[in-house]
Amino acid sequence: MNVTLIDYGAGNVTSVARTLRRLGATIACTNRSLDIAAARCLILPGVGHWGALISSLDLHGIREPLLEAVSRGIPFLGICLGLQALYESSDEAPGLAGLGLLKGRVEQLPQRVKLPHMGWNQLKALRPSRLLDGISLAAYFYFAHSYAAPADGAETAATCEHGREFTAVLEKESAFGVQFHPEKSGVPGAELLENFLRLAA
Amino acid sequence: MTLAHRIVPCLDTDGARVVKGVHFEGLRDAGDPVELAARYNAEGADELVVLDIAAARDNRPTFLDTIRCVAEQLAIPLTAGGGIRSLEDARAVVRAGADKVTVNTAAVKRAALLGELSREFGAQAVVLAIDAKRENHFWRVHVRGGRAATDWDAEDWARRGVEMGAGEILLTSVDRDGTQSGFDLALTAAISRAVSVPVIASGGAKLPQHFLDVFMEGAADAALAASIFHDQVQSIRALKEFLQSSGITVRLPC
Repeated sequence: MNVTLIDYGAGNVTSVARTLRRLGATIACTNRSLDIAAARCLILPGVGHWGALISSLDLHGIREPLLEAVSRGIPFLGICLGLQALYESSDEAPGLAGLGLLKGRVEQLPQRVKLPHMGWNQLKALRPSRLLDGISLAAYFYFAHSYAAPADGAETAATCEHGREFTAVLEKESAFGVQFHPEKSGVPGAELLENFLRLAA
Repeated sequence: MTLAHRIVPCLDTDGARVVKGVHFEGLRDAGDPVELAARYNAEGADELVVLDIAAARDNRPTFLDTIRCVAEQLAIPLTAGGGIRSLEDARAVVRAGADKVTVNTAAVKRAALLGELSREFGAQAVVLAIDAKRENHFWRVHVRGGRAATDWDAEDWARRGVEMGAGEILLTSVDRDGTQSGFDLALTAAISRAVSVPVIASGGAKLPQHFLDVFMEGAADAALAASIFHDQVQSIRALKEFLQSSGITVRLPC
C-alpha cells in the first residue's frame, strides 16, 4: 500500500510514518501539490496551531488538489488538527477558512476542565465505524488538543468527552478523521491504522 | 468516558545511559534507555520522559541519537528535554522523534522561550519542568538540576509559565526526589490548583499508595517515577490494577 503523508512542516510526520511502515505500508512524505494530485491514499497528520496548518496548505497550493482527490474518492485520513482542518472554520484562527468538507466550526473545549485535553480517553460509538471495526469499545486512545469539532454532525462516527462531547472519529465516504493520535495509541491505534490501510487498498 | 490518570516512567540519562542519583547527586548506571523504553511500552506506561541531565553541549548528538532509538520502540508519546535553550534545540529534539519538549532553566532565564516553542509546536507539546523546594510557607523554584535557587515562588512561576505558553507542568519536589518517601502532596495540590493545564507529579514515589495519594490529595493528572520502575521494584501493570481497584481511572491495556 502506497501512502502519501502530507508534510506541512510542523506535523508529527515521523511517528505516523514509522507506525505505518511497521504495518507494511510504503510511505512518501510531501508538501508538493503535484504529489498530492497523484496520490492513491492520503494522510494529513496535524499538530500545533490551526493557523499554521491552513496557511501552510495554501502556501504550498495543497488545498485544491487535496479537495479534488477527496472528491474523486481517494482514501483520506486526517489526524488531530488534520481532522479539524476538514471543517469550515476554527476559533483558533477565525480569519482562516478550513477545507470546508464538513459543516461546522471547531471550538475550544470548556475552560472548567484542564486544557489541553491531554492523555488517554475512551470513545462513544454513535454508529458502525469502518475505522473502529474489531476494536474493543473499552480501548483507550491518546489525545492532545484544546480545540475540537462539534459532536452533532451526520458524519460523526464516535465521540469523546472532556468538558463537552466532541467528534473523535468521523467518516464521510472515503474521507476519515480522528481527533486522537492513533500512532501514539498503542495496539488499538495500530489496529485503527491497519483498518484504514485495508479500506484504502 | 473519563480521562485516565497517567503513569509516566522517566529515563534520566547522561546522554547515552540511564543514570540515577539521590537529590540530583551521586549518579549510578541504571541501564540501557532503549531496552527500558521497550519494556515500559509493553508494560502499559502511558508515556515516557527522557531527560539529558548532563546536558553538556558537546554530548548533544549522542542524546539526539538516544531519542531516535527510544522513539523507535514506542507506540506511546515521548517527552524529551534537558539542556534545551532555544527554539533550534527544541526543533532538533522534536525532529529526533519527541512529541513534547521540556524546558526548565532556560525558561527561567528567558520566559519568552515558552511562547516561541508554543507557537511552533502548539502548547500541548511544551512542558515546563519546575524543580521546587520547600521554604517555610512556600516552595522556591530551583534550576540547574535543583542546585541553584531562583527568586520565583513555584506557584507564581507555574502561572506565569502557562501564560507564556506551557501546556503542561512537570513538577519535581527537590526535597522528595530520590527519597522514596512519597510525593509532596501539598506542593502538587498547590500547583495543580494554581494552573489550568495538566500537572505531572514527580519526586519521591515508591509505594502504590503514594500514587493513589498524589492523584487523590495532590490532584495530579499524571505521576512520574524512575528507579522503582527501572529496578523492577514496582510493575506498572500491578500499580495500575491497584489504582483501578481504589477508584482511579487508569488505562489498562488489553
